[in-house]
Amino acid sequence: MKKIEAIIKPFKLDEVKDALSSIGINGLTVSEVQGFGRQKGHTEVYRGAEYTVDFVPKVKLEVLVDDNLVSQVVDTIMDAAQTGKIGDGKIFVFPVEDAIRIRTGERGSDAM
Amino acid sequence: MQNINTGDTAFVLISAALVLFMTPGLALFYGGMVRSKNVLGTIMHSFIIIGIINVLWMLFGYSLAFGPDKFHLIGDLSWIGLRGVGMAPNTSYAPTIPHEAFMIFQAMFAIITPALITGAFAERMKFKSFLVFIIAWFVIVYIPVAHWVWGVGGWLRNLGVLDFAGGIVVHASSGAAALAAAIFVGKRKGFGTEPMIPHNIPLTIIGTGILWFGWFGFNAGSALASGSLAANAFVNTQVAATAAIVSWTVVEWLRGGKPTTLGAATGAIAGLATITPAAGYVSPAAALLIGLAAGLVCYYAISLKFKFGYDDSLDVVGVHGVGGILGTLSVGLLASTAINSAGANGLIHGNSSLIGIQALGVFTVVVFSFIASLVIFKVVDKLFGVRVGEEDEITGLDLSQHSEIGYDLSGLGGSAGEFVTANAFSTQSSEVLSVSDETSLTPDNLP
Repeated sequence: MKKIEAIIKPFKLDEVKDALSSIGINGLTVSEVQGFGRQKGHTEVYRGAEYTVDFVPKVKLEVLVDDNLVSQVVDTIMDAAQTGKIGDGKIFVFPVEDAIRIRTGERGSDAM
Repeated sequence: MQNINTGDTAFVLISAALVLFMTPGLALFYGGMVRSKNVLGTIMHSFIIIGIINVLWMLFGYSLAFGPDKFHLIGDLSWIGLRGVGMAPNTSYAPTIPHEAFMIFQAMFAIITPALITGAFAERMKFKSFLVFIIAWFVIVYIPVAHWVWGVGGWLRNLGVLDFAGGIVVHASSGAAALAAAIFVGKRKGFGTEPMIPHNIPLTIIGTGILWFGWFGFNAGSALASGSLAANAFVNTQVAATAAIVSWTVVEWLRGGKPTTLGAATGAIAGLATITPAAGYVSPAAALLIGLAAGLVCYYAISLKFKFGYDDSLDVVGVHGVGGILGTLSVGLLASTAINSAGANGLIHGNSSLIGIQALGVFTVVVFSFIASLVIFKVVDKLFGVRVGEEDEITGLDLSQHSEIGYDLSGLGGSAGEFVTANAFSTQSSEVLSVSDETSLTPDNLP
């Protein structure tokens, strides 16, 4: 079992979600995050006071999959989230020790 | 009461309500420009002033400002507690409306003027010290200045200084106090290094709209009668505000930046502040010039704080101080007796003396307000300290000064935590609460 964490451009969220649904992924968690990498932030001006804002808004998407699906899910996210410009984001893959469905107590793949 | 004109009375009462509305409008205008942790602290500055100053105005302020003259410097106390300020008109001030109507119209000006200053020390002033400063400033600066310029017998009024609706009394005086505040209170922690981004510009725009709406009462109402002069002041108010939006936005854009919403709103306020002293003395064409100049001059004026390194947080000096001075001088240039026979002609109408009188009036008040404000701050600082502690400043005024927060958008009841009201009001019930806590929290009792 692996957790795939993808930091993507916010406007790509719908495309990524639809693409994941179409390959049978039926659950994921999304959060709005901020950060910086190679993509530069932006400038804001208020009454002549100029500020550079380093943090760029991104969406973090977390999805839990069985080991055999990892490369398919990673490819799907990459295809859907790619624009080819700096700031497309990153994908991280983590091993997951266990998963439990709180309602029933099912564990592992059954809980997904 | 045969002299009372019902149209004039209705107009002035409605105008008074409009001017009152400006102060909550100012609260939103300022509130949107601070960081979210200070939104209530900033709003509260304006709001509490409505309460305090109005009470003081009734008790003695009106009498000292407008009551029978002493030494051309101040009114006496014969109208204390509004004694004798009745339903019959006061013929010296407003011959066709009840004296009470004039008094309450003036009360609204006394309220908004100190509220304007609060933008200069936003986000860092101790609440108690703020209250003491504001009360002292109202008594020591506002009341005398109102008497000098508007009170019968006041020395600047006797000199022929013209201030239709408060360019000197309201804007220049509060702007000078704001400069003293910014210098004395000092910079916000992190000013010039950390971003201090307005947290809610739409709130500022709502505030701008309310201020603008109320300003029709401020300027047109200052005619104190419903007629042609009021109409002229009304039109001038609109013309100057719109011209200043245009000129501010153009200069901001041309200087390599982008046209900003906050800039457009600030331009409107600069135009309104600048036309205030002139609204009932100049033609609409002159008001157009004044408005265009206001947008340009005030735009450059707000950048001075970065040059000189003082933290006039919400630009009271650049907008109200500079706007008030510019407007007052523009009266000396552009005033016309064809507009207002009770006024005077300015330079372009062949009278070269008015501009000097205007300059003397406005600079005397600026210097007086600046020095008096510094002295008041010094005393308040000795007594209580003017600034909140560093930790409280970082936490924000909302929590540190008022124990509340402006926004809880978490959906989790983020600020709620535990309900401790019972403890807060009675030691008896706090015992009861702790006992019941123990019994209800045993695992067996849990539902």
